[in-house]
Order: sequence, then structure tokens, then C-alpha cells
Amino acid sequence: MAQIVFDQVTKRYGDVRAVDDLSLAVGDGELLVLLGPSGCGKTTALRMVAGLEVVDEGTVAIGDRVVNDVEPRDRDVAMVFQSYALYPHLTVAKNLEFPLRQRGVPKEERERRAVDVARTLGLEPFLGRKPGQLSGGQRQRVALGRAIVRSPKAFLMDEPLSNLDAALRVQTRADIVALQQRLGTTTIYVTHDQVEAMTMGHRIAVMDHGRLQQVAAPQELYDRPGNSFVAAFLGSPGMNLIGGRVAVEAEGGTAIRTAAGDVLLQGAQASVASHHEQPVVLGVRPEHLRISPGGALEGTVLLVELLGAETQVICELADHSRVVVRQQADQARPRLGEPVRIAVEPAAVHLFTEDGSRLEEKTAA
Amino acid sequence: MPAEPVSDAPGAAAVLPAEGAVPRPQGAAPGEAHRPTPRAGRSRRRLRLVARYLLLTLGALVVLLPVYLTVVNSLLPEPALAHQPPYLYPSHAQWQNYSTAWVGGHLSIYLRNSVIQTAIIVVGQLVTSILAAYAFAFLRFPFRRTLFLLFLSTLMIPFEVTLITNLDTITSLGWYNTFAGLTVPFLATGFGTFLLRQAFLQIPRDLQEAAALDGYGHWRFMTRVAVPLARPSVAALAVFSFLGAWNQYLWPLVVTGNNNAVRTVQIGLKLLVGTNVSSVNVTLAGTVIAVTPLLILLIVFQKQLVRSLTAGAVK
Amino acid sequence: MASVVSRRSQRLREAVLGYLLILPALAVFGVFVFYPFARNFKLALYQTPPFPGLPSHYVGLHQVGQVLTSSNFLQSLLTTIFFVVLVVPAGLLLGLFLAVAAHRHLRGIAVYRIIFSSTVVSSVAVAALVFGTLMNPVVGFLPWLGINPHPPILENTTWALPAIAVMAVWQFLGLSFIIMSAGLSSLPEEVLEAARVDGASSWTTFWRVTVPLLSPTLFFGVVVATIYAFQTFGQIDILIGSQNAAYEHVNVLIYNVYTTLQINGDPGRAAVLSIALFLLTLTLTLVQMRFLERRVSYAS
Ligand SMILES: Nc1ncnc2c1ncn2[C@@H]1O[C@H](COP(=O)(O)OP(=O)(O)O)[C@@H](O)[C@H]1O
Ligand SMILES: [Mg+2]
Repeated sequence: MAQIVFDQVTKRYGDVRAVDDLSLAVGDGELLVLLGPSGCGKTTALRMVAGLEVVDEGTVAIGDRVVNDVEPRDRDVAMVFQSYALYPHLTVAKNLEFPLRQRGVPKEERERRAVDVARTLGLEPFLGRKPGQLSGGQRQRVALGRAIVRSPKAFLMDEPLSNLDAALRVQTRADIVALQQRLGTTTIYVTHDQVEAMTMGHRIAVMDHGRLQQVAAPQELYDRPGNSFVAAFLGSPGMNLIGGRVAVEAEGGTAIRTAAGDVLLQGAQASVASHHEQPVVLGVRPEHLRISPGGALEGTVLLVELLGAETQVICELADHSRVVVRQQADQARPRLGEPVRIAVEPAAVHLFTEDGSRLEEKTAA
Repeated sequence: MPAEPVSDAPGAAAVLPAEGAVPRPQGAAPGEAHRPTPRAGRSRRRLRLVARYLLLTLGALVVLLPVYLTVVNSLLPEPALAHQPPYLYPSHAQWQNYSTAWVGGHLSIYLRNSVIQTAIIVVGQLVTSILAAYAFAFLRFPFRRTLFLLFLSTLMIPFEVTLITNLDTITSLGWYNTFAGLTVPFLATGFGTFLLRQAFLQIPRDLQEAAALDGYGHWRFMTRVAVPLARPSVAALAVFSFLGAWNQYLWPLVVTGNNNAVRTVQIGLKLLVGTNVSSVNVTLAGTVIAVTPLLILLIVFQKQLVRSLTAGAVK
Repeated sequence: MASVVSRRSQRLREAVLGYLLILPALAVFGVFVFYPFARNFKLALYQTPPFPGLPSHYVGLHQVGQVLTSSNFLQSLLTTIFFVVLVVPAGLLLGLFLAVAAHRHLRGIAVYRIIFSSTVVSSVAVAALVFGTLMNPVVGFLPWLGINPHPPILENTTWALPAIAVMAVWQFLGLSFIIMSAGLSSLPEEVLEAARVDGASSWTTFWRVTVPLLSPTLFFGVVVATIYAFQTFGQIDILIGSQNAAYEHVNVLIYNVYTTLQINGDPGRAAVLSIALFLLTLTLTLVQMRFLERRVSYAS
């Protein structure tokens, strides 16, 4: 068991910086989720820890040891691939024994440990089968088993659930969390699925275009997104972002003037945007918007989506940007094309600069 | 593994920078003492790379050496051939070996014959294979399966086994020493039919139904949709047929007579050995001439060639 | 009712079209593959008299037995098997070796790949002339290297067949390389990576993972190489010929068929030899399929 540290790591493919100046520390025993849209460099980052990609700049350390030039087999980490990458010509038992065999574990102990792991994962009946004769979920468990059987320093998992159906995904998600908790092995878990990230990670590191955007505990990430990318990426749908300018009003209040109306700021928020006419981006989550006659913003209903317990109302604003309003199913639903006013919950407003970084409120000091 | 319950998120985060994007891990460059000099690892990688290039180059030399020595010898004057130690490069190249081979060895006629023979076989194989493959892929008729197996069974019968009777047949048809005799036995191919049928089966049935609704008959569907969609396989078959036809040896040897009317270049090469024109250097010049078109073909159509040669190798 | 009739007639039209489309190929196969194949069995029953001009006469299975027990046939069979043993493993292993070496994204690798596959375009005549010169006792490089047996290699009863085999391996190398390369690039990359992460050295990964995964390709390669070896004819005809002192020692079955028919003018005997060649090919292919299939089908 060990911590894993990326220190200013860069990886290029031609002109593409797949991973760009990544600095990140994963704690001993932590389950860190690497989250981001497809192509953002998650897999590349993980493969550099495994030793399957050469690090172009910076260092990767496992435990106290910089491993840039260490062969994959000498790193003592286990990887679960998206495709599972089971050995198709070997039985489940032999698949589980493979990593032990490479480490010279005697035959009897190998077999015992393979059976132990198979029992933990409910794979005992399938020990004699080959991967081709297993269902997707069973294969996934063999891949997990092959990783845990040799008690490595760290688990590296690359979207291990993406090939499973929805129900099995939820179930296995919980199983992996429980397993990691019990073993206490440092784990980097890669996914593009924010629900997986929110439910599984001790902390989540969000990446985009090879760059680390923010790393924080799930709730913190949701409540205080560090920039507009994280704000929009997390949540389904993500945070509404509305462009506007700061308007410091004569009577001392501060508002954000948008094409659809003025949103008044309160308390700490107001302290952020002191600079008159400063361009800003206003962020507010769908659940913090409400259709209400006295609302600050003016829009037209474009679409109403019924989700059972909730309803999503998609409105178009004067500048043709769209916002999503979430409301309870029992609330009155506006009709399509109807002009509405939308109220903003003042305490739940986030402010970002034009280029996306968060404007931090000055704590009342 | 000691299943020691480890501190969960907050605990783990405590030792770590928990706020925002980590600027730089604390205690960065951890374990300075354990850091292996990166240079050592990099130079080890470089060494391995060099070793691999050496190995590749050695392999290339082994493959190319015979060809290289052939080119050298083809340019030497005759007495220089027996020189000891042998010349490893042509210090005074004698280019007229090539003109001697070309003129004295009648290579222009043989090459023309080879081109005609190969063109007939390639076109013929493409046409018969496309037609048959289309029928097997898109049409329903009694005994379709059996007939397809019959086509495949031709792959199991080596041509040499049919040599005796084919020679009789060609002779009694009056085709001895004609292009017909040279080519007609090869105007169909079980392999080609198989290859194109596989390609046609990749075309969704919906497409044929849609085309039928648009008023396309089978003929128009085949020529305007199926064949264009299967173009990579058709190209692969063309290259494969070309190679096979151009390099034929046994059949042209037995079915062409003692004049140059239809003799192909492969037979021409054999005749260069031990005729008056022949001295080894001239023979080798002829060899270089005969193989050059194919080397160009290889470089231009490598992808198609590889595709045709490996159909069946990979699941 | 009308629709039933029209559907039936539509079916009929489809069937007629189907037969028309396969007819050209079927006609060629009928005349030049199936008919001569079947006729071999008849020819085998007729003996050609030793003097030209006389009609051949029916002898039944007598000739078959005579040929198959003749020392000529047995020697020919042994020579063929020996030749296969010389060519197949060497050709495949060298091809695999080159394919593994070239299976990397490196600068300039495309050039190496073209070079390694280049011998696939060499015809038998070209290969024969190239190697004929190299092995020529006067011209050659071998004397320079101190290799100069008496009689010369291509007339030497011991060395003629191995020399032909070297040539055949060289010529087969291109195809072998192409087949092995295609096999390697079809392997699931992640499985090989999994092996590296799981602690296997390159050596172990190669033998415990790559080779088993490659077995369908290896199987295909063995079949193709064997058939190639059986059909090696031109090199022998050009470089050695039936007048050569070493002739008896390079007289593989296919060459035997040719000389029996063309030089000795004996279609009956040649037919028996053809059938033997066919059966040998067929048996070997079937045996290889049975034997290798068990190791090949790792999926189920
Ligand atoms: N072997 C490669 N060669 C070239 N580009 C690559 C390679 N692997 C990944 N990339 C590029 O690097 C970027 C990051 O890829 P990846 O790490 O696979 O993303 P993710 O796993 O987040 O979807 C992408 O733009 C991808 O196209
Ligand atoms: Mg990925």
C-alpha cells in the first residue's frame, strides 16, 4: 500500500498534450476517482502509473519511489481494463493464478488464493470455464479478482463498469466500494460517469483537455465548483451558465445584468463583484431556479420533460441561451411557448470570470 | 492482505492538500533518495531501441542480400563474375547486359505476353467471382449451400493434380500454344468467390431492400451498390490474381510450344539459362527486368496485397 | 391467388438468375478441375505401353499397386516429406521472428515491413535464378566463404535438396511475414498489457500469452506453408532438371508427376502419382486441422 504522486506530469502524442502538467497526490488507502469527458486524458494518466506509457515530463511516484523508469511488472500495481483483458486461452482459475505465477508463488498457495478470491467474488462455480463462456458481469468479476489476488500496492481501474447494463452497474459499484474499503488498497478509478464518481470517490479529480480542473470531495465539488467547466460537467443536467455584467446600483446593491433581466446579489456574493461593468458568468443549478411571476429572468418555455418525481422545464432566454429549471412533479407545469419569469435563489448563485475561473467570495472578515 | 480498515475520505485527505486543484503535491519530489537517476533508465531504453534497429537491419540484410548481389552481378562484365574475392559493388557497371537480355532474350515479347495473359486472368477471375459471389450472397436458389461447398472444394485440389487431363483438353480444343490455352483454365477461382461473398455478406440486407424499393433490379444493385461497397476486397482479389497469374510457371511451361508466340516471361527466364545469349550476368539482368514491375506493384498496393494474403489467417 | 402465382414466379426468376450467375465459374471448374480430377481415377487404371503409338490398355488396380510400392514412389515420398520438414518450420519461425521484431511503432518501420514482405512478389523463376547464381561454384560467393563441396551444391546428392529448401524458405519468407504480422496486429493489445502489469517478462508474455493467442494464425501458416512446400516445382526444374546427378534426391512428388508425364510420356503412372499427391495434401491438412484445432480454439 502506498500513496501515488503525479508531479508536473506531461504526456504528448504528437501535438496533442494528452496529459498536461498534472500534479496530483492520491493518499494511502484512498479511492480517488479520475473524472472527465471522453478524450480528456484519464486513461493516459492511469497508464503512466501502470508503466504502459512513458512519462514525457515530470515524475510519477508510487510509495516513496519514482517509477518513471521502472518496468510495469516491477511496479506492483494491478490494473482492471475497460475491456477486462482476460487471458482468453486460460480458465478462470488460471487467469486468477497468472499474476501469482509470475511472482513465483508455489502452486499450492496459488491455487488456494485463487479459490479464496473466487469465493469472495462468487466465482467458484466458474473456475473451470474460459472467459468466452462467461457473461459480461462474470468477466468483470474475474478481472477484479485477478487484480486483488496478489495484494498489490495499488489498484488502477479504467472504466471497469462501462460494459455492464445499468442494474448490474449499480450493484457492482457498491461491491467495488465495499471491497476497496475492506482491503484499504490505494485505488485510482477512472470514469466519465459523474454518478459513479459522486457515489464512489473519497475525492474526485476532474480533468479536461489533459488538465486537472479541480480535486475535492464529491459534495464540495458539487457545492463549490472551482470553475465553470466543473460547474457545467457535474450534475445532470449541469449548472446553468448565464453571461452578464456587474451592475453596482445607486442604492448600494449589486446585481448581475443579463439579457433576460437583473439578478440581485446578496451578502458575500455581492462582495465578489465590486467592479462596475465587469463581465461575469452567473452560475445557478436547476434546482435553485423556480418559475414564479416575480422572477428576475424573463424567458419562454421551450420544452417540458417529465422525469417522474421531478419535472425539467427548459426555457429560452432573450439572448437565445437556454436554462433548465427543475421542479417537483406536483407543481404547476407551464405550457409550451408560454412566457414565464424565473426566480433565482440568491444564496445559491456562483460567479465565474469570463474565462471560467471562480470568483471567490471574500469571507466576512 | 491485512484487511486493516483504512481511514476513509476525510482521514486520507488530511495528509493531502484537500483544497481545490492541487498546486503541487506537498513534499513534492518525494523520496529524493530513492529516485533512480532518470538518465540511467532512459539510456537503457535507448540501448534497447538501438538493439531492435540492429536486429531489424540484420533481417533486412538477410532478405535483401540475394537481391543485391543479383543486381551487382547483372551489371558486371562476364569475366568479373568469377573474380575472387567477388565484387560487392559494380565498380564498372556494364549496362548493356540489360539491352542484351532485352533484345537477345526477347524479353519485350515475353513481357507483352505476360501482360496479356495476366490481364485476361485477372479480369476473368474478377468477373466470374463477382457474379458467383453475388448469387451466393444475395439470391436464393435450391442447392445454394451445396454448390458453394463445391466451389470451396476446388481449393483442396492442387492444380498439379489436374495437369494431365487439362493438357489433353487444351490440345483437343486446339488451344495448345494460344492465350486461350494459357488462361481459360484459370478464369474462375474458389478463393476469390469466397473472399467476395464474405464482403457482400457484410452489406446489410436492408440496403438491398431499400434499393429494390427504389426500383433497382439485381443487376443495377450489383454494379452500383454491392461492388462499390466491396471495393477493398475486389482490389485485394485483383492484386492476388495478378501475383498468381504473373508468377505461373508449370502450366505455361507445358502448354506453350517452341516459339515465342505466347511464352510468358517466367519461361523466358528459364530459356535465358543455357541459350547462346546467356551468360550469367545477362540472365540476371533479365531477372531484374522481370521482377521490377512486381516490386512496384508491391510498394503501391501493399495494403491490398496484405489483405488478400491474410484472408483466413485471422479470425 | 394471383399473388401466389406471382410470388412463385418471382422465386423462380431469382433461382434462374442465381444459376446463371454461377454458371461461368461452374463451367470452368467443371471442365478444368472436377473433370480432370475425376479422370485421374480412370487414367490410373490404364497402363501406357513402353513404346509410343500403341493404345493403352486396362490393367485395373494392378498399376496402382505397382506404382505405390515402387522404390521410385517411396523415394519420392520420403524426399517430399524431408523437404516439408526442412521448409515449413524454418519458413514460419523466421517469418514470426521478423514479424515480432517489426511489430512496433518505430520511425522507418514501414520500410522494414516492405523489405520483409518483398519476397512475396518473387516468382519461382526469379528465385531460382537468384539463388542459382549464388550457389554457382564458379560465380558464387560460397567458394569465397570457403563453402565449395564436390560435386557442386546443385549436383550434390547430399546438398541439392537443402539448397532448394533454403531458396524456398527465402521465397516463402515474405508471405510468412505478412501472415504473422497480420496475426500479431489482430491480437487484443490490452491482454498483452495486462500480462506486463501482472508481472510477466517479455519472454514469458511471448510464450504464455502471445503464442497461444496467435495459434489460429500459426495454424493457418502451417497449412499454407505445407501446401507451398508440396508445390515447389519451378526451382527444381530450372536449377536441377532431370539430367542432373542429384535428380533422384530432389525428385519430390510434384516433380515426379511432371517428369513421368512429360519426359517419360506415361499418363497412367502420372495419374497414380497425382492421386497420391492429392491424398497426401488432403490428409495432412485434415490431420493438422484435427491436431491443431484443439489447441487453437481457445474461445470455447
Ligand atoms: N496511442 C495514442 N496515440 C495518439 N493519441 C492518443 C493515443 N492514446 C490517446 N491519445 C489521445 O490522447 C488524448 C487522451 O486520450 P485518453 O487518455 O484515452 O482519454 P480518456 O481515457 O479520458 O477518454 C485523446 O485526445 C486521444 O486521442
Ligand atoms: Mg479512456
